[in-house]
Order: sequence, then structure tokens, then C-alpha cells
Amino acid sequence: MNDSSKLIIRIGVILVGVIFLIKLLSIQVLSDNYRLAAENNIIQRIIEYPYRGLIHDRKGELLVINNPMYDLMVVPMEVEVKDTAEFCGMFGIDKETFIEKYNDARDYSVIKPSVFIKQISNEEFARIQDKLINFKGFYIVARSVREYPHPVLANALGYVGEISKGQLDRDTTRYYRMGDYIGISGVESSYEEILRGQRGVKKRMVNVRGVEQGLYKEGRLDTMSVPGNNLVATIDLDIQQYAEKLLAGKVGSLVAIQPATGEILSIVSAPSYDPNILTGREFSENFQVLSLDTLNPLFNRPIMAMYPPGSMFKTIQALIALQENVIDKDELIYSDGRLIGDLAPIGYYDVEEAITYSSNNYFFKVFRRIINQGEDPSPYIDARFGLEKWRNYVVKFGLGVTLDIDIPNPKSGYVPTVGYYDRVYGQNRWKFSNIYSLSIGQGETLVTPLQMANLGATIANKGYFYTPHIIKSVDDKGLPDPKYLVKNEVGIDSVHFNAVINGMEEVVRSGSGRRAYMTNIAVCGKTSTVENPHGADHSGFMGFAPKEDPQIAIAVYVENAGWGGRAAASISSLVIEKYLTGEVKRTWLEEFVLKGDFLY
Amino acid sequence: MRRDSNILNNIDWLTLFIYGILVIMGWLNIYASVYQEGAGMNIFDFSLNSGKQLVWIGSTIIIFFIIVTIDFQFYESVSYILYGLILFMLIFVLLFGAKVSGARSWFEIGSFFKIQPSEFAKFITALVVARFISTPGFRFNSKRQLVMVSALVLIPILLILLQPDPGTALIYFSFLIVFYREGLSPLVLVIGLLFVMIFISTLFINQLYIIGAIVIIAAISIALAEKTFKKISSIVIIMLLTIGVTFSVDYFQSNILKPHHQKRLRVLINPDSDPLGDGWNVTQSKIAIGSGQFWGKGFLNGTQTKFDFVPEQSTDFIFCTLGEEHGYIGTSLVIILFIFLIMRIFTIAERQKSRFARTYGYAVGAIIFFHFMINIGMTIGLFPVIGIPLPFFSYGGSSLWAFSILLFILLKLDAHRMQIFVR
Repeated sequence: MNDSSKLIIRIGVILVGVIFLIKLLSIQVLSDNYRLAAENNIIQRIIEYPYRGLIHDRKGELLVINNPMYDLMVVPMEVEVKDTAEFCGMFGIDKETFIEKYNDARDYSVIKPSVFIKQISNEEFARIQDKLINFKGFYIVARSVREYPHPVLANALGYVGEISKGQLDRDTTRYYRMGDYIGISGVESSYEEILRGQRGVKKRMVNVRGVEQGLYKEGRLDTMSVPGNNLVATIDLDIQQYAEKLLAGKVGSLVAIQPATGEILSIVSAPSYDPNILTGREFSENFQVLSLDTLNPLFNRPIMAMYPPGSMFKTIQALIALQENVIDKDELIYSDGRLIGDLAPIGYYDVEEAITYSSNNYFFKVFRRIINQGEDPSPYIDARFGLEKWRNYVVKFGLGVTLDIDIPNPKSGYVPTVGYYDRVYGQNRWKFSNIYSLSIGQGETLVTPLQMANLGATIANKGYFYTPHIIKSVDDKGLPDPKYLVKNEVGIDSVHFNAVINGMEEVVRSGSGRRAYMTNIAVCGKTSTVENPHGADHSGFMGFAPKEDPQIAIAVYVENAGWGGRAAASISSLVIEKYLTGEVKRTWLEEFVLKGDFLY
Repeated sequence: MRRDSNILNNIDWLTLFIYGILVIMGWLNIYASVYQEGAGMNIFDFSLNSGKQLVWIGSTIIIFFIIVTIDFQFYESVSYILYGLILFMLIFVLLFGAKVSGARSWFEIGSFFKIQPSEFAKFITALVVARFISTPGFRFNSKRQLVMVSALVLIPILLILLQPDPGTALIYFSFLIVFYREGLSPLVLVIGLLFVMIFISTLFINQLYIIGAIVIIAAISIALAEKTFKKISSIVIIMLLTIGVTFSVDYFQSNILKPHHQKRLRVLINPDSDPLGDGWNVTQSKIAIGSGQFWGKGFLNGTQTKFDFVPEQSTDFIFCTLGEEHGYIGTSLVIILFIFLIMRIFTIAERQKSRFARTYGYAVGAIIFFHFMINIGMTIGLFPVIGIPLPFFSYGGSSLWAFSILLFILLKLDAHRMQIFVR
């Protein structure tokens, strides 16, 4: 018998003890993971989803409300389904889907709830409520989806949907969780943080079977959900509904603004869709249909569609020329139709008449005076100075820059720069004759309907505008975002507006906008027939009313509807009548618009 | 030699004291593991595991006095009879035992009284092995005697494997320590260890790779060794034997080891491979112990145990309750107590004059050590999940009785060590 053996045995035993002590030290003292894992085991977070804020119109009518809806949750460890077929029948799913969903949930966690079926409607819930007791491991969580009592304003209001993986990754505030809803477009997106409220979290302790064992830390860490703030929109529901009716079946936009405040009374994108179809369980299906529609109803035309301004732009040209003092208000300029194609009769025009008759040659000459002010003997260099000066004015009108409206992704349109022509023609290789089509609102200039409505408001205000916005007030604060209370001066003396306004009044009284004429309301406007190389011209109208103390400024574009004096002027006039008098008496005009046969 | 008038004066009280501490700690932890908050529970409630365990603990006092009273030479003399009896019971339980979780290990007498013969087979095997080894003229060098002493251990192993209860069977390999102490060549231990390594590696590595590795090792050995016929042939024979082992292991795995045992072995290496199935137990057990941190969550405050995340909390996974509620303070104390107890037992064994008592003492130490190593190793993820109790700690009458008897007989023998005349 060797004596070393007893020593070796003891060393072996001590070695095992030391290994255990070290291992225990590492998992009990040196690591925090197990403590967290133990908490994670027992804590069940019960999310209390807040009510999303409602949206009213300016008169208090509800535009957006919440509709209760239910998610079916599953805790795989608890599940006991005796009759899978019955279960599947109840929810209208097949067995493969059931198994797939169950496996997904189990892969996520056996003891934590995960969503099994999303967005069960109120009616469906009522039907299954009693039967659900037979299926252990499944239960219901209340949520809500948006509902639109009046199916209007789809693109402006936007829609709400489940947060995407990408959005989650970009969320630096770490507020959102998988499965949360988030405003994806329109007001829902731009006012997301105000509308969403604050999620409430209750922490419960559960045992391994998911059975509740009481509050975690006596509920000291629990938070209540805080409902989102309600919004008051600047929209007038009556006008909105009427305007959408008028634009139904057409492709185009309408924007009506209260000039004194910049509040958008109505904003129409046509064709549109019923916003109710982008809520609830059919969301993705319907979204697919909408996004494949060739008329692109998801395209928010009033702020995203860009057109040449056309003749409306002559108002700006006149104002710039007056401000720059290159013309006098009463100065007569001969227009013979030789410089540029023209529908106005040959003769002498002052600025007022030039607007009334939309004289292309007049504005050709006026624009030439703006561009060539003799700053330099070279016409090439002179044009550079002129264009730069001209552009500075135009930009102040909110063209070529994005108007900071509270609907996401407004387009800036385009006002060509010196650099642009340098790139196209080469430096000092272009002069007035290369850019003259800008004079009549054609050429490279592009504007959005919103910008044109804002132009109407600026002219109505005689020289300033408030940035157009669609939300008047958050809850009872009564005021919009402070940036909408800033007065934007366009740098034209108010005295210069009179001639333009008078000309615009005449447009409606006797010029191209006669369809907008009303005996009781002095409407000022300017039509555009926007040249469209791809098809029939676009019909455009920009104006405001009444002439004294303007209440509404409006811009309408109807694509491929020909003359501005027909579709766009008619629609504008009807909306103005509806807004200012509350009713439309000119049913013949209404019928003309609804028939939509503008091209003859 | 003078015989002390009172046997109790010769009892090793230190061992009994540590035993007592472990039993009481075990009892408190059994209560903690069945405790439900707000249920108005009482630790003495006989419908609870803690109340039942108290009955078992109380009865060990009676057992102690019975064992102490019986003449010390009785244990040596009845060992073969007891051995015969327990083998009979192990066969009997295979035929008539109650099937509990897939194994026939239990006799059920009435609804309350259950008894597990394989628990008692441990101390009886210890007695019989000690008796056999203490036979005059016994030498491990004798192949016949080696085969016979091995058979004494292998027969109960075989019967217990048939139940099947591989965990308990594994404990019998603790006799290798006894054999080693009593003169068995350490080569056997090394080969045993090699066997375990090959066994585990075949679970993860393709058999062909292992055979390849063996052949390469053999080739290198031949290259380095003296090139005599004897050396080369013996290396080749060892190589062939080892390869044979891999095949037998393969056979053992697929025919004897049940799929859930194979899985548990795999889970040991990578608990994440099956986090919700067999890995669940290991993961939750580690979470329970780890979440106790340094000071523990406090008595009856363990959430892992209270909310049933840990399986078999009062029996095989009792160490989790301790780790969670009493932290590193508690676990290290218990480990030190166990190591101290095992050391004390080896010391007692070494001071015996008779070979029987010494061999028996080593068997006691080795059996407790194996339980300690496998049970705690399992709860902290160092050992596969094998359902064996933590001595003195785990809930269960059979196991507490068996361990108590195992220890008390040693104390009785030790008390009389001065009366032995060296043969």
C-alpha cells in the first residue's frame, strides 16, 4: 500500500471543492447576468397602450377617432388546445398557419406572451370572447386603430401602422418597441410625438406557468399610460368634403388657405382613397392595391406634385417689375404678339390689363427689363445679375424652397439659378433670349399647388404670408407651432399689389376666369393653362376672395383638363362660394364640374 | 486495552456536528423550496416536504442509537447476508417496483411509505467490499480477487442500470477511489478516466475521428518507444482495446443510454443547444444560483424557486435554493462544510486499525464525495443533469436514512477502533 494515494485522494477532493468555489464565485459574484435573467424570468411587462390623440376640424367636427381592437396573445407554456380545428375555425386560419404562428411564439419565449393574431375587430371579439376560455394560454390585449368618420383628407392626415424594423433601428429615443404603432405619413407622422401619448407599463411577477404572482416591487415601478394630445386641424370639414367631391374622378390638387393666418381650410389630393381602408388587419393588402394604382392615390399631390406655374406667375412678374421700378403702374407697353406666342389681342397694355388679358408679350418685355437692367454692357453678364436679382424675389414668395408645412415631405419646386444655366449653356453663354419663357411661368420653373395657394394668400395680404399649416392647436393650447405665427414679408411694397389685384379681379369679371365670377363676391384670380408636353394641358387657377378683406386664398390644378378658365377656375369659384356663403347656388356650374368633361 | 464504559464518549462528535448542520440547513432549504407566499405555511406541516423531512430527521436519531447499540463486529459479520438481501431486493424491485418517471426503483408500501433499495445498496456494498478486501491474503495483484471484488460492485451497478437509473449506478464508480487507496494500481484510475473522456467525446465527435486520433497516438508511441516486439505489440493491443471501447461506447449510447440522457450530456457542453428542453434545467438552475449574488436574496425570497423555474427543487436541485437565497456566503459555506466532512471521514478512515474499518471509511468518504461532486456540479453546469441527491441536504427519506446509516456505521466502528487487534 503506498502512502501517496491518501494524499492524492485528498488533493482530488480539495481540487473539486476549489473548482466549485471558483465557478460559484464567477456566476454569483462576478456576473450580473444571472440576476438579470432571474428578473427577466418572473417579470411580465403588461403594456397599457395609450389612446392616440383625436383630430378635430376647425369647427370641432371629429376627423380621426380611435376604434377599439384586440390582439390575441399567446403564452406557449400555458397553451392547451384540445381542438385545434375549432380554434382555427374561430379565427379563420388554417392549421399550418396555427402551427407556424405557435412555433414563432415559442421560439421567441415559452413563458412570455407574444402576439398570435393581430387586430381582431370589436364584432369578432364579441363572437369569440366566450369561447376563448376553452383555450388555455391565449388571451386578449386591448388596443386601438384609427377610424375616420368622414372618409376625406386621406393623404393629409396620413396613416398609422406598425413600426418597421428600420424605424426601430433609427429610433434614437428608444421609445418604440416591436409591434408599436407609429404615424407613417401625413399629420399622423408629423405630430407623432404629440398624438402617441405615453405607454404605461405594469410589472407583474409570474411563475413558470405564467400564472400571476402579484405586483413586482409592490408596483412602485409601474407607470400609467398617458393618452395622446388631441389636435385641432385648420381644415373646414364642409369645405373639404365639398372640394373632394368636386375633384372626384379627376387628377389634381386643391389648396385653400385663410390668408390672414396661413391656416389651410382645405387640401385635396385627387384621386384619393378612403382612409379607413388603411387601418386594421387589411392594411397591408389595401396598401398593396393603392401603391400599384397607376393614378398613384398615395401621392400627396398638393405638396408633392410639381407643375410649371403658367400664367399665374405673371402676378409675381408684375410685382417684381413694379418693386424694381422697371415699369410704372400706368405705363403702356405695346404688345404685338411677335415676340412670343400670345392669345391676348394686339395693343397697348398697362400692368393691370396685362394681367387681365394675360398678355404674354407684355410680360416678355417686362421680364426683359428685369433681367437686363444695364448692370453690365455685356448682355450675358447683365442677364446673370438680372436673374440673380429676380430669383431673390421669387424665392421670398416661397417658391423654389420648401414651405415648412406640417405635413411631411413637401416639395420645393424649382426656380432656376444662374448656376443652372451655366451648366446648361456654359458660363456667359446664355442671356435673356435663352430664358425668356420664365417670363410667362413656363420653362424650368416648377411649383406645387401649395406654393400657388400661398401666392394667392400673399397677394391677398398685399405682401406677406404665414407659412401654411394644417394644425391650428394642440389640445387646448389654442396656438399652432410658433413657427406658424411668423409673418413672412416677400419684399414687395404693398402699394404695388393694387394694380395686380385689380387685374386679377378683372380676370374673373371679364377675362379668362369668367367662370369664377359671382355677382355677390368679388373674386380675384388668375388662370393658368400649363403647357404639358405629355398630353393635354393642365388647368390651373390661383386666386382669393373677397377682394376687400380676403377670407380665402385658393389654388387648383387639374391635370389634363385644358384651359385654366374651365376646370380649375370653376372648382375654385365653387369652393369660394361654399366657404363664404355656406351654400352653392350655381348648380349649373357644379354640374359642369362634376361632369368633368372639360376638354369638349 | 481499556474499554470506555460509555460508547458515546468515543463517538467522533465533530463529524456528527457537521452532519447535523448539513441536515438542518437542508431542512430549512426544503421548506424554502416548497414555500408559497401568503399561503399561511408552517415548516412543521406534515403535508409539506419540510414536515415529512422532519420526521425522517427525527427518525435518524433513533437509527443512530440503534446503530451505536449494536455490537460493532455485527456489521462486518452480516455484510454478506445484507449483500445477498439487497441483491434480492434489487431484483425484486425490477419485477414488482413502482414505475416512477420511467424507472423501476421504488417499492411503494401504502401511499406514504416509499423505499428505494438502490440507496441502501450503497452502504451495504461498502460493507461487503470492505469485508472482502479485509480478508487475510487479499491482494489486488491477484487477478481472481480483483475480478471478484469488481464483481461485488458491478452486480449492483448492473441491476440498477436495468431499472434504469444510470445516475445512482454512476455513484458505484466511487469504489475506484477505495480500490486505489487499498492498493489498486493507479493505472486503473487513469484508464477509467480515459474511458470517461472517450465516452464523452464520442457524443460530440465522429467515431472515425476518434479512432483516427487513437491510431495516430499509437503510431507516435511506437516511433518514440524502444523497438522491441513486446513494446510494439503491447501498444498495438492497447490501441485495439481503446478502439474497441469507442465501439462499445457507441453501443452503450445508442442501446443503453436513453435519448434524454444523451441529450443531457450534450446540453452540458452547450446549454444553449436546447434552451427550453433539457437545457432548461441547467439554465434555470444556474440562473437561480447566479442570481443569489454575494449575500443571497434572503430566506424564502428566492423567485426562481418560489415560482417553480427550477425543477426538482427540494430533491436534486436543492442547491439552487441555497444559492439563490443565501448567495455565495451560503454556497461556499456548504461546500467548505462538505469538503471538511469528507476530509474528516478520510482522517477517521486512516486512523482505523482494522482494514475493514479503514476500507469502509474510504467507501463512505468516496460515496459522499461522488454525490457532492455530481450533484453540485450538475446545478452549476459542470456536470450533466444526473438525478442524484445531495447527501443530508436533499429531501427524501430513503436517501437521508441511507446516508445516515452509512455515516453512523463508520462512527460506530471508529468508536471501537482501540478494541481492534491488528490481524
